[in-house]
Amino acid sequence: MLKKLITGALTAAVAITASINAAQAEDELFIPMLSYRTGPFAGGGIPFANGFHDYLEMLNARDGGIGGAKVVLEECETAYNAQKGVECYEATKGKGALVYNPLSTGITLQLIPKAPVDEIPVLSMGYGLSAAGVGETFPWTFTYPTSYWSQMSSILKYIDQNGGLKGKKIGFIYLDAGYGREPIPLLEQLAPEMGFELAMFPVAGKEMQAQSAQWLNVRKERPDWMIMWGWGAMNATAIKEAAKIRFPMDRFIGNWWSSAHADLVPVGETGKGYIGANFSGIGTDFPAIQDIIKYVVEAGNSQADPSTVGNVLYNRGVYNAVIVAEAISAAQKMTGKKSISGADMRMGLENFVLDQARLGELGLAGFTGDLKGDCVDHEGGGSVFFQQWNGSDFVKISDPIAPMADVVKPLLEEAAAAYKADKPEWQGQTCG
Amino acid sequence: MSGIFYDVLADPFLQMWQMPDFFIQVLWEGFVSGILYALIALGFVLIFKASGIFNFAQGIMVVFSGLTLVGLHALGVPAFVALIITLGVMYVLAYLVERLVLRNLVNQPDIILFMATIGLTNILIGGGQWIFGGETKSMITAELMIPTGSSVWEPGGGIVIFQHIDIAAALIAAMLIVGLALFFSKTKVGRALRAVADDHQASLSVGISLNQIWVITWFAAGIVALVAGIMWGARSDVSFSLQIIALKALPVLVLGGFTSVPGAIVGGLIIGIGEKLFEIYWGPLFGSGVEGWFAYVIALVFLLFRPQGLFGEKIIERV
Repeated sequence: MLKKLITGALTAAVAITASINAAQAEDELFIPMLSYRTGPFAGGGIPFANGFHDYLEMLNARDGGIGGAKVVLEECETAYNAQKGVECYEATKGKGALVYNPLSTGITLQLIPKAPVDEIPVLSMGYGLSAAGVGETFPWTFTYPTSYWSQMSSILKYIDQNGGLKGKKIGFIYLDAGYGREPIPLLEQLAPEMGFELAMFPVAGKEMQAQSAQWLNVRKERPDWMIMWGWGAMNATAIKEAAKIRFPMDRFIGNWWSSAHADLVPVGETGKGYIGANFSGIGTDFPAIQDIIKYVVEAGNSQADPSTVGNVLYNRGVYNAVIVAEAISAAQKMTGKKSISGADMRMGLENFVLDQARLGELGLAGFTGDLKGDCVDHEGGGSVFFQQWNGSDFVKISDPIAPMADVVKPLLEEAAAAYKADKPEWQGQTCG
Repeated sequence: MSGIFYDVLADPFLQMWQMPDFFIQVLWEGFVSGILYALIALGFVLIFKASGIFNFAQGIMVVFSGLTLVGLHALGVPAFVALIITLGVMYVLAYLVERLVLRNLVNQPDIILFMATIGLTNILIGGGQWIFGGETKSMITAELMIPTGSSVWEPGGGIVIFQHIDIAAALIAAMLIVGLALFFSKTKVGRALRAVADDHQASLSVGISLNQIWVITWFAAGIVALVAGIMWGARSDVSFSLQIIALKALPVLVLGGFTSVPGAIVGGLIIGIGEKLFEIYWGPLFGSGVEGWFAYVIALVFLLFRPQGLFGEKIIERV
């Protein structure tokens, strides 16, 4: 009798525990955070990770999560190292991961082939492989709101609007890694077509803080404009070296990973006039950012230094989280489920709508341009605006400049076709 | 074929002749880089001379000392007080290294001691990031009264720019080197250090405390690391990527010899000036980016023909 009683009690306990776990799983949305708060690139990784984390934690605290399901974040340190990034992926994918946001082109390149196998989408927001914007070839990878190639075309348009491009010499200084080399095919293609001369200055990872040779070469080559694809400590060093050779700062443009407060605050007045591309709002003057401060930062649940909330990279992390949250919301509506799968998430990423009306509802009116998820277009084709450092802060100096879609799209399609050419298992897959 | 001969043997020298101001600028930038490489190499030499250890942690010691200085100042400590406290921190570090690591590994093979310094590197990286965070920080250049700004020299209508901070780096490094040379040759402790470097057993037999000497050596290396951290930090910023630059000290050491202070200086200057000249005038032939490997190629050549380096002691092992 006693034996039966104990067996019955244990069975009931197991059943109750299982049902509680199932209920919890039903109400949870698991998002791994592949972040880097250590290593040579931590200066950029930390504010971005804080923004991403704090927006989703704000949704938990203010709204109880997304669509009634709590967001569960698990941070995994990659140190911007592709090998560690893959280890983080392997360690978290089995826990119901919905989407990966690696914040590293190197890690993204490793995850792209894994995404269709594990059916977990990769959102490389404004970085990664540009060709992944072709949704029919890369159904599991997204580069919203724009790609490196589109961004480069917007930068060239900006230069063209400010003194012309034809006959000019354009210097390109870049981190000599997958990320920095990504826009080179586009530049090499466009240089003869648009009539400008190209001079390239690679910076090896271990030379990030010793760039005097590169800038001596810049002085020797005398480019009319300099464009930078830098990251981490490379950016501030490059701006200081540019000042040393007296290169005009208002002819020096950094991409959206080379023009953050983390890069310019250490430089201060020296960087006055430096121009940077951006696609997300600056400052705390948005109701959603105010909610983050109220529900997360002031509640002591953020790792961010309060003075950095609203900075360029913090807000970009927020924007990344907004896209993730909107895609989850869209997937929940389409499936009728609170807790969704990676495959549902992909559907959400192809069907969310983030127009100005929706941004207003989110408390982010004017934060960024319109963005709409799409099956064919995983790039978003978003515009970038330009901001200028005034010695202590960034000031917006241009309207959004659309990319040269007519030039970039065919090149993206060509690159996408080349990527899948030697992958038999990729031939049949398509978006939708 | 004549094109290659022209590009390699004529064109670079023609460019130097046509733009002498730029050539002087390249030499100056190479000289400053060389001095900074020498500073890092000096830290390696001090420890190698006294204990035969290749201290893999020298690079992170540069970062750690720089971060301590900046971190203390951020807490409101005046710059020069922060500098003195940082020196104290480097002494405590030297003491702990001797007490917790070296003392327990006496008479162990060199590779064990080398591995111990790799462990120390990881501890300092982790501890540094835990205490100071991973963000890039600005060196307190003005607060330490290190001059900023630049002076311009215009020879024959050209322009050569000398950054005051680079001039300061060269002068401070020179003073440090002279100070270390005097310390080694004129003081009792210095002579004891040289005795330990020559023969551990013999030094012990005449009453020299090995443990005390190791603490002094690691502290001296800590001071060199702090000076290197301040100067590198002032030129760019203080971040954990600075430790990677320390790897540049390896070819400098191979060139100058692991046990020679003058070797570290001469090696640093040869590498610094050589890589700049090669990058600027011959780099385009290789598609640029030669600075990353040029120093190692020179080191490889030296390893083949003079493995003890320019000033190193020739090791003769009798069987």
